[in-house]
Amino acid sequence: MSATEAEAPDRGTPAVQLTGITKRFPGVVANSDVNLTVTAGEVHALCGENGAGKSTLMKILYGMQQPDEGAIEINGTEVRLRNPQDAIRTGIGMVHQHFMLADNLTVAENVFLGAEGLHGIGRAARSRLAKLAEQSGLHAKPDTLLEELGVADRQRVEIVKVLYRGAKIIILDEPTAVLVPQEVDALFDTIRGMKADGYTFLFISHKLDEVRAIADTVTVIRRGTTVGTADPKSITSHELAEMMVGSELPSPQTRESTVTDREVLRVRELRLSAEGSERNVLDDISFTVRAGEVLGIAGVEGNGQTELVETIMGMRKASGGHLELAEADGKARDLVRLGTLARREAGIGYIAEDRTRHSLLLTQPLWVNRILGYQTRKPVSGGQLLDIAGARKDTERIVREYDVRTPGIDVPAAALSGGNQQKLIVGRELSGNPVLLIASHPTRGVDVGAQALIWEQIRQARADGLAVLLISADLDELIGLSDTIRVMLRGRLVSEANPATVTPQELGSAMTGAAGEGEEVQ
Amino acid sequence: MKSGVSSWRTRLLPPLLAIVFALLLSAIALIISGADPLQAYGTMVGQLFKGSTAVDTVNLGCVYYLSGLAVAIGFQMNLFNIGVEGQYRFAAVVAAIIGGALQLPPVLHTIVILLVAIVSGALYATIPAVLKVTRGVSEVISTIMLNSIVAGIIAFLVNADQFGVQTGNNVGTRQIAPSGRIPGIPIGSGTLFGFVFIAIVIGAAYWFMLNRTRFGFELKASGESSTAASAGGVSAKKMTLIAMLLSGAVAGLVAMPELLGRDYSYGITATQMYGFTGIAVALLGRNHPGGIAFGALLWAFLDTSAVSLEQINVSKEIATIMQGIIVLSVVVAYEIVRRADLAAEQRRVGRALAGNGRKGSSVAEGGAV
Repeated sequence: MSATEAEAPDRGTPAVQLTGITKRFPGVVANSDVNLTVTAGEVHALCGENGAGKSTLMKILYGMQQPDEGAIEINGTEVRLRNPQDAIRTGIGMVHQHFMLADNLTVAENVFLGAEGLHGIGRAARSRLAKLAEQSGLHAKPDTLLEELGVADRQRVEIVKVLYRGAKIIILDEPTAVLVPQEVDALFDTIRGMKADGYTFLFISHKLDEVRAIADTVTVIRRGTTVGTADPKSITSHELAEMMVGSELPSPQTRESTVTDREVLRVRELRLSAEGSERNVLDDISFTVRAGEVLGIAGVEGNGQTELVETIMGMRKASGGHLELAEADGKARDLVRLGTLARREAGIGYIAEDRTRHSLLLTQPLWVNRILGYQTRKPVSGGQLLDIAGARKDTERIVREYDVRTPGIDVPAAALSGGNQQKLIVGRELSGNPVLLIASHPTRGVDVGAQALIWEQIRQARADGLAVLLISADLDELIGLSDTIRVMLRGRLVSEANPATVTPQELGSAMTGAAGEGEEVQ
Repeated sequence: MKSGVSSWRTRLLPPLLAIVFALLLSAIALIISGADPLQAYGTMVGQLFKGSTAVDTVNLGCVYYLSGLAVAIGFQMNLFNIGVEGQYRFAAVVAAIIGGALQLPPVLHTIVILLVAIVSGALYATIPAVLKVTRGVSEVISTIMLNSIVAGIIAFLVNADQFGVQTGNNVGTRQIAPSGRIPGIPIGSGTLFGFVFIAIVIGAAYWFMLNRTRFGFELKASGESSTAASAGGVSAKKMTLIAMLLSGAVAGLVAMPELLGRDYSYGITATQMYGFTGIAVALLGRNHPGGIAFGALLWAFLDTSAVSLEQINVSKEIATIMQGIIVLSVVVAYEIVRRADLAAEQRRVGRALAGNGRKGSSVAEGGAV
């Protein structure tokens, strides 16, 4: 880290100065009176819970939204950013969390696309690209098709893209969310190198250790306003997190083991072939989840976790293998022939990875959302007829017990923040006495307060004998909650890890296949 | 309750705004064509109290209502059943032929005819439904084609060589015996269709199905988000099939008020386009059974009272212009009010949370119990 101290450029005029930014936005949290000063040539981290207003602020800085009040100064001059083009002209570039790249074009084409006016598309453009690629550690050849690149390389392409457009101030929106630990380290090396070349970074993250590893300054944003700026070298992660939530912090550590030997879910040689091809998306998957056990599935996204969950839920049709669920009375039941509703009725609770797509009816009030997936069961339904009063009453119970912060159960689900939506979903999926809970990224995009509550609820249910299948990209969550961890790679379960001893780094190696298949990760 | 107020505003404000806007725009059209808007509107309203206009309005409204309900069932799950037009005409001709051929005791005869109509309508809707579910064919395309095919089917079936009877210059099906008819209620110079009461019952059943049954919930859920519905155990294909058949079944009844209450025979000259009016009416009523009733009556009123405009030398097409403007403005107004309402709702939730600023900490603490 000593390299970061090398030749810091002129720290006189701030590269970015936001004063009194207020944005009245039809959302849950608007920006109110945000002040942010980013010194030229530094890595400035912006931390905050999800929904605290980081994204809104960055959209304002990138010209995607206009502030209602306040001033933006770039390199000492006040500017008005009406659209991203304005922002690019003033030297601001943004690397979005979800890449904005065309898979069927080459690296060079992706970079030049829309910026042909700068250096054309010929030799001048290519030499510029080569220079920037070196600077940003992009090793892929310019003529490689983008679809052949991995996530880390795609991210480099995004960075080169903004550099090519002349950006000196680069906004990185949660750049590490898609990377494994080794890739994160490589990215950080690149950032340090580029910082030495005079670039300024605005680094958005809520992974506090990373912020402490890379940032020179950190500004915390809470409930739409900046609450303070700190030096990450002298503040602990714990103190930083407390600034973010303003309270005691949760930890995902499960305390004593509650694993029993009663098997709840038995998966044997499960296979799923990709549509229209022979390739197996899921290959020979076998595992068992016992009552009181949390089985964690680790893996880089896109290695079959989504498909595994959807196959167990019956939303995809397995091409082979066995699925058995032992119901509360201990009777084993073959799931393969059952539809999704029947599987739910057999006692599976399901927290889907994308709550807005799979768990909620956004324009419907909360109590209607309580019925989804439970339309045949008490207390919200009597079979064919709905029990409206029962649904409302039970929704009120969930709102109370799971601390869903809402003015009432008649507001549409879309009006709630992500964390509160998720608490409602967790509450719903834990009602009706499930024997198995499938939790797919249960705390993704959720603020720290809600995260603590969700973890606690899962832990509580586990102590009561619930079997949990946990899929998560958050390795700390996975290690902290699971009793057993299996690693998934290219549609297969390749290795097993003991959460008591494994480190995120070791797990990361196993996830990328570096640790050799079939080995026990120590 | 606040959300109650806002949901009433969401429901009632847009159509009112749209109607006022349509009146204003039509007034401009009237002024351009050299007429006095106030006089024209006055004449139209005055016509309502003359002769049998009021009863005719309700009768026609009854037909539009059924058509609107049929379209609305499809709309509930994002199916655009343009085919109500074809389905009701197919059902009408089949029901008229079978009803004319049968000799049954009263009531039973009527029920059989209605059942035949329902089944035929659903049958004609089966084609686009199966195509959609198995081959992914857009129901818009397939139903438009089936609409034009139905004209040929009717012309073939009512031909004197098949089941038709030549009466004067007109070819139609055999008259349905009095035992199969639905008696009306004479009011003033007109006769109110007895079917109006059946339509009210169907409207109530639609409301109940949508809001109180598991089936209605699954229908609405698949319409709003097919992904969330499938994760919740609702099969999108099954719902598509059922919704389309149900829509066709209700469509099958569209021609019944006139067939069993006035015409007793279905010919090639029978009024068309009820199915398309149903689309406008369903949009106007926002798929709500009460709203559709209002839309159907308004539409019927504009149709029946437009004739009176000719008395004051105003083209009756001005009523058509008004209908068009109303539909357009209703769609726009609903969208505007819906967005404003969602924004207001989110602000309200945001405020409620900001007010509980301290609560944030207690949550995390509470979470660690």
